[in-house]
Formats: sequence, C-alpha cells, structure tokens
Amino acid sequence: MKSPIALSVEDLSFSYSEKKALDRVSFNIRSGECTLLLGPNGAGKSTLFSLITRLYDTRNGRIELCGFDIKQQTRSALAKLGVVFQQTTLDMDLTVIQNLRYHTALHGMGRKLANQRIQQELERLSMYERRFEKVRQLNGGHRRRVEIARALLHKPALLLLDEPTVGLDVPSRLAIVEYVHQLTIEENLAVLWASHLIDEIYPDDHLIVLHKGRVKANGTVDEVLKITHTALIKDAFYTLTQGDYA
Amino acid sequence: MTDQPGANLYLSKGRRTKQPGVRLLHYWRAMWGIISRELWRFVTQRERFISALVRPLVWLFVFAAGFRAALGLAITPPYETYILYEVYITPGLIGMIQLFNGMQSSLSMVYDREMGSMRILMVCPLPRWFLLLSKLLAGTGVSILQVYVFLAIAWLYDIHAPWQGYLWILPTLMLSGLMLGALGLLLSSFIKQLENFAGVMNFVIFPMFFMSTALYPLWKMKESSELLSRLAQYNPFSQAVELIRFALYGQFNQHAFIYTLAAFLIFMTAAIIGYNPSKGMMTRKGGG
Repeated sequence: MKSPIALSVEDLSFSYSEKKALDRVSFNIRSGECTLLLGPNGAGKSTLFSLITRLYDTRNGRIELCGFDIKQQTRSALAKLGVVFQQTTLDMDLTVIQNLRYHTALHGMGRKLANQRIQQELERLSMYERRFEKVRQLNGGHRRRVEIARALLHKPALLLLDEPTVGLDVPSRLAIVEYVHQLTIEENLAVLWASHLIDEIYPDDHLIVLHKGRVKANGTVDEVLKITHTALIKDAFYTLTQGDYA
Repeated sequence: MTDQPGANLYLSKGRRTKQPGVRLLHYWRAMWGIISRELWRFVTQRERFISALVRPLVWLFVFAAGFRAALGLAITPPYETYILYEVYITPGLIGMIQLFNGMQSSLSMVYDREMGSMRILMVCPLPRWFLLLSKLLAGTGVSILQVYVFLAIAWLYDIHAPWQGYLWILPTLMLSGLMLGALGLLLSSFIKQLENFAGVMNFVIFPMFFMSTALYPLWKMKESSELLSRLAQYNPFSQAVELIRFALYGQFNQHAFIYTLAAFLIFMTAAIIGYNPSKGMMTRKGGG
C-alpha cells in the first residue's frame, strides 16, 4: 500500500508581471519519501517554496498539505509544515534555546512539552550542550543543525528544505544529507529538498527536475535515468535542462 | 528518537480542530513568545536602548534649554500656569521616542524580511493580523519602557508632572505606541529594501515630527503660517502628543483620543492588507 500524500501540487502557475515563474506544475510527495527538487538558478524553486509556505498567494492551481488546502485552510496546512529556508532565519543575538523557544511558542506549545522537544531534537543533532550559546557564536554547519531541529519541533508531516547545505563544508553537508534521509525512514517524514548539488541524491530518492518553471521529470532516480537514456544523474540533468545548468 | 515515529502525522481533519480554550492558549503563548523575543532583543542590544534615550535627552538638555529664553508660552490647557519650554516639550519628546521606536520596528521588519527571519513568523499557523498585532504590542511595550526611563531622567532634571499623570499616561502611551508602530508596519510593507529606509527618515519621520505640536503649540505656528498650523493639526502625531500631554496632567483629551484611535485602526488595517499574500505587496517582492 502506498503511503499517504503529504504534499499535493496541482496545475500550479505563477507569474511576476510578464515573466512566468511556474507553468502548470503538478506533483505529489508521500510520507517517508525524500524528494529532491533539482533545477538551475531561476528554475522556479524559490517561487514554488514561497507558494507552498503561503508567502505568496496561489492564484492558479492548488496546493494541499495533508489534505488541507493552503489557500482555504491555511493554518491547518501550515501546522503540518516544517521549513528550513535558504538564508539563516535564526536570531543571531539570541541563544539557541531562546530561538527554539520562540518557535515552540509560535506553535502554541507549553513550556514542559517545548523543553522536552527541544532537548530531543538538539540531542539528536548533538547540539544540546550548546543550547545556551548565542547563535552568532556558532559556525554555519551548527546553525543549520539548529534550524533543522527547529523545523522539527512541532512534528511536521512535511519538511521543506531550500538549499540548506549551500556554503557549508563537505563534512557538515554530508552529515545534514545523511540526517535528513534518516528522518524519512525513522519518522516517516515527507521531505522536499531543493538543491542543485547532485551528490546529495540517494539512490532511493525521488526526483523532480524543474526547468524554466516546468516539471521536466518526476520519478525515482532509476525512472529519470531511464527516460533520459543516461547512466548518471548529472547527465540526465544536463539532458533535461539542455545544458543550461552551470 | 522521538516517541512514536510519524505518530501525529495524519490525524483526521476533525481531530485536528482545536477546542476554543486550546486555541486561545495557542494565541496567548504565541503572543507572549513574540513579546518576550522582542524584550530579549532589547535587553541584548544596549546600544539601541542608549541611542533611543540619547536623542530626546539631547533635545531636552540642549535644544529646549537654548529655546527657553526665545520662546514665551502662554497659559494653554492642560497647563494652569506659565511653564518652561522644557516642560512643554517633554510630551513631544515622549512622542518622539515612540515615533522613532515605531520606525525602528519598521526597519527591523524590513531587515527581518531581507534576512529571512520574518518568514518564520509568517509561516506559523496563526492569522497574520494576529502576528502583526503581537509584533506591534511587543514594539509598543519596548517604547513604553524607554519612555518611563526618559521620564525618570527628566524628573531628575526638575521636570515634574503630578504623580497620577505618570499612571494616566500608561494607557495613552499604549494607544500612541500602537498607532505609530502601525504606521511603521504599514511603511515596512511598502519598503522593498533596507536602503530605502533613509527615504522614510526624510519623508515621514522628520515632517511628522516638525509639523506637529511636539515642539511648538498650534497658536504659535498659526502666527507664522496658517497652512503649517493646519497641517500640524491634522497630523496624527500631533494628536498623539496632545493625548500624552493631557494625560500627563491627569486630563483626558477626547478629540485627540478619537483621532489617534482612528489613525491606529486605519494604519493597522492597511498594514494587514499590505502583508496579506492575496491582496498585498508580498507577491511583488523578491522570489525567483
């Protein structure tokens, strides 16, 4: 039996004035699935994320999170969502724990539950000992860990990651990639990961290739290799984006 | 690992619906979270606190002292006797603290939006109007703290109001702080980049402050320019200053109260529209 759908995007289009950023984009993401959203710069990945997080209004098409329409049932839908944005969104002048408590308050958690969850998530990422340090004192990799911990505090069904490993050194990057993949198995979490780094893909991952606002491929790694008649993901990606990828 | 993998992922919509009490508790916790974050930031950013105080104190100690001899002030309500210029200017400087604080909040909203931390607030499962109102309350709370510290220093400088006045101004500071904060919020929904904030200084803060009753009474302005006095009269900042001025002397200025309240409601509604993704300017900003 297939896992339930965590995210459903249906016929989604979006334009900035004259420029079309997304053109009839449709796909589903199921729980326990790690889906990598690949696309060169300007492919529409950030626009898609802004629409899923309701920062932009969905005018054409439909987005559902765990069956909740993002436009009609915004709050129920957002309660199911954990996000790690491309830019650091932590408050640099506050400590790790203050940042996390702020998030738990926004999600209506009581102090006891919040402390439990904070400890749980930080321990899993080996950051609990550093909870009283100011975010400014942490390196990029550790800040990212805190952001991932924060995104999981309210137990979302879907985790959105917008190029979370950009600017990190190789060990930090690999640790995050490994950890997020582990979450899909152990927590049955659905993950949508925007990236342009092909080495972040695992063989069991799902791929969505976005190019110039359109879905060029949507399937497992094997399926994408098959339709592009290639042996390597980077070749498949090159074929799908017609060499626009730099 | 967590207690039960994927435990609460797919509860039915019915079970997800919160009871009114639980929902209220969520709102309360979120509001308190936003306010305490702002207070923590305020405590950790000492420079911000000091600069917020230095500005009105320079006006009080330098500008007002210099103008004391040049500016004669007749007896006008709420004052029952001749007053020194420092006494007249004090409510105006209180307004100045709140005006700058409102704009500072606006600046931090633009900064947060550019840096991305605003997104964390905007993607939490609460209505945007509530989040904006909480943010506004947090900023107003900070400005009230600044005002009371300023009043304590002014008291040491022999600027005394009746003791009840120090209590009476609390609700008026709340309203004036909310009104000026809502204006800042509204402006932040228009400002696309941090660099554009200088324009706000030139086109909003300075005209609003100088074209008001903060520094000179209306009748004094009327002597030199009818137009200026009219502009000052309709300036919501003037009304906020008058509301504070009367409250500081234990009096209630109904006209100023209604005007300030109306301005708050207008600015707040416009700001909420500005931050609404389906109606406002959010769709025009950034992305790609």
